[in-house]
Amino acid sequence: MALDSPDDRGAAGVVVTAAPLDPMAEGRQPSAIGPWRLAGRRLRRNYVALFFLALFVLIVVLCLLAPVYSNNIAHIGPNTNNITGTVSVNGQQQNIVSLSGVPIGPTWGSHYLLGADTNGRDLAVRLLYGGRTSLLIGGIATAIIMILGTLVGLLAGYLRGVVDFILRPLMELIWSFPVVILGVALGTALALGGIGPVKGNSLYIPAVIIGVVYVPYLGKPIRGEVLRLREQDFVDAARVQGMGPWRIMFSEILPNVSSTIIVFLPLILANSILLEAYLSFLGAGVQAPNASWGTLISDGLPYIQTTPTFSLVPGAMLVLTVLSVNVVGDGVRDALDPRAQVRVRT
Amino acid sequence: MTGFIARRTVSAILLLFATSVVVFGIFEVIPSYNPARAIAGRNATATTVAEISQKFGFDKPIWVQYGNTMKLIFTGQIIDYQDNLNVVSQFVHRFPVTLSLVVPAAILWMLVAIVLGSISARRAGGLLDRGLMVAAITGVSIPVFLLAATLLYLFAFRLTWFPNTGYVQFGSNPAQWAYHLILPWLSIAVLSIGFYSRVLRGNALDVVNQDFVRTARAKGLTQRQVFTRHVLRNSLMPIVTLFGLDFATLLGGAALVTETVFNLPGIGQYEAQAIGNLDVPPIMVGAMFTAFFVVLFSALSDVVYALLDPRIRITG
Repeated sequence: MALDSPDDRGAAGVVVTAAPLDPMAEGRQPSAIGPWRLAGRRLRRNYVALFFLALFVLIVVLCLLAPVYSNNIAHIGPNTNNITGTVSVNGQQQNIVSLSGVPIGPTWGSHYLLGADTNGRDLAVRLLYGGRTSLLIGGIATAIIMILGTLVGLLAGYLRGVVDFILRPLMELIWSFPVVILGVALGTALALGGIGPVKGNSLYIPAVIIGVVYVPYLGKPIRGEVLRLREQDFVDAARVQGMGPWRIMFSEILPNVSSTIIVFLPLILANSILLEAYLSFLGAGVQAPNASWGTLISDGLPYIQTTPTFSLVPGAMLVLTVLSVNVVGDGVRDALDPRAQVRVRT
Repeated sequence: MTGFIARRTVSAILLLFATSVVVFGIFEVIPSYNPARAIAGRNATATTVAEISQKFGFDKPIWVQYGNTMKLIFTGQIIDYQDNLNVVSQFVHRFPVTLSLVVPAAILWMLVAIVLGSISARRAGGLLDRGLMVAAITGVSIPVFLLAATLLYLFAFRLTWFPNTGYVQFGSNPAQWAYHLILPWLSIAVLSIGFYSRVLRGNALDVVNQDFVRTARAKGLTQRQVFTRHVLRNSLMPIVTLFGLDFATLLGGAALVTETVFNLPGIGQYEAQAIGNLDVPPIMVGAMFTAFFVVLFSALSDVVYALLDPRIRITG
């Protein structure tokens, strides 16, 4: 992402401008503002980013309230079939699924607010539960990517030698597959029989797959930065003091790459949610009976001509979520490191 | 230069070999998945499974199986489990459809991005510039299949300006070919235009401050000449690398979902159907096929880059 606006370009320089005069010479304390507080202050003034942060929180809260909606308003579970039932629309009883198998469209009432699917399941309930699934998978995948990517980058970049010789080609290898196709291959292979005790339709399978597929997108840039940092004087100083490699990696180098990691975090989250949608849309992600925004879009596609809301409502939720994460991420990047070159492919 | 190309070729070949091992490994080594059982179906007896296992060679050691699978793929004899179709000939047969989807879409997005990026670089901070910033961040937040579905609903079903699905061969009627493909092209191109024009704009603004631009101005070139001959040319280089990888990625991502939504009979649709049926061989060939393009394009763009910029050859 290189969406820096011209007025933000000098923002990184603000940190430096305190330096030229020695404030102690004038006999007063310098205003002690660290780079983190400075970034926080910049972020607080970014009202667009704050608005989208609020939107993201709202979506998360809505999805977390799914059981409340399901129990108290819709009175039906996310995976409860109801093919033969009826629902009253404007005082008339209508079949939830017509005799020819076509599900009912939005009723805009408490039951079947957004209509049903071919099994007679309430789409509004599934939309909220699906959102939970999408966010959960995105969150777990992001955690995996952040931990593995940082670890791989630190190890390969600092230890070099044999470790780098093994890790770098591995990252290069994952990198040479388009993320969707690698995710799809792993997804279908695991959906067939699961792995070990984990069942094929477990939500952890797509989460771990996405986690593995995106590791190089963080690991490669971190490695590059660590390679540059390890030649610097403060690392030599730490080494001379007798620090071991692990301590240098985690207490000397890690703090110096932390702003990069934070800049990447929202971007990785956004792309993990997107990739989950791609995989689920293609049938290699979340498996039945669970729903996610990706599977809901895919399930609604056959009815796009007659009832476009089936696909477009979960689609809108997906886009709003990913967009809000991306905008917040952009704000974080502008606040921390405006010149960062960050890119993740889907 | 020959040395650089040789090194790059060797590493590309090694990488390709590794990708084939990975793809094979994903489907054959991952436990609790028995391909013979998948072919035999849900209610097969143990003897049927054993027979199939023997017929397809699933009972052999893993490296023998790898060799056999690769032999089947490269001699074009591998068949899918679902319809017993020859996978390689399906790919060959369907590839023109996929090419007529991704190539014009890529040209469209590149051209529009260059034009919009140039304008917004020359008028940084202007209305178009701000608009593109919004377009870029929105573009990376929308999955291609959702835009495709939305366009299909709006322009094909609601407004009926364009046909809803189907594919007409270029040879039989070029006008109808383009008419049927406009919506798919837009689905792929629109989302990338914002991002690419932003990257181009960023590069151009960096180049503008360099000495050779001042020299060009000082020797009396017009603004337009300075921009097209010096600024634009130098700011295109990073985009070309980006484009090389993204174009190869199209084959393994956007093509799958776009062809599914618009019902285009390309390799993407074939792969997407195979995923739905848990049909391994087409997914395997598809993964190797797209990885081949990613490796090829990244090697090509490295070589092109090295041709243009001699400094890279040494550090390689």
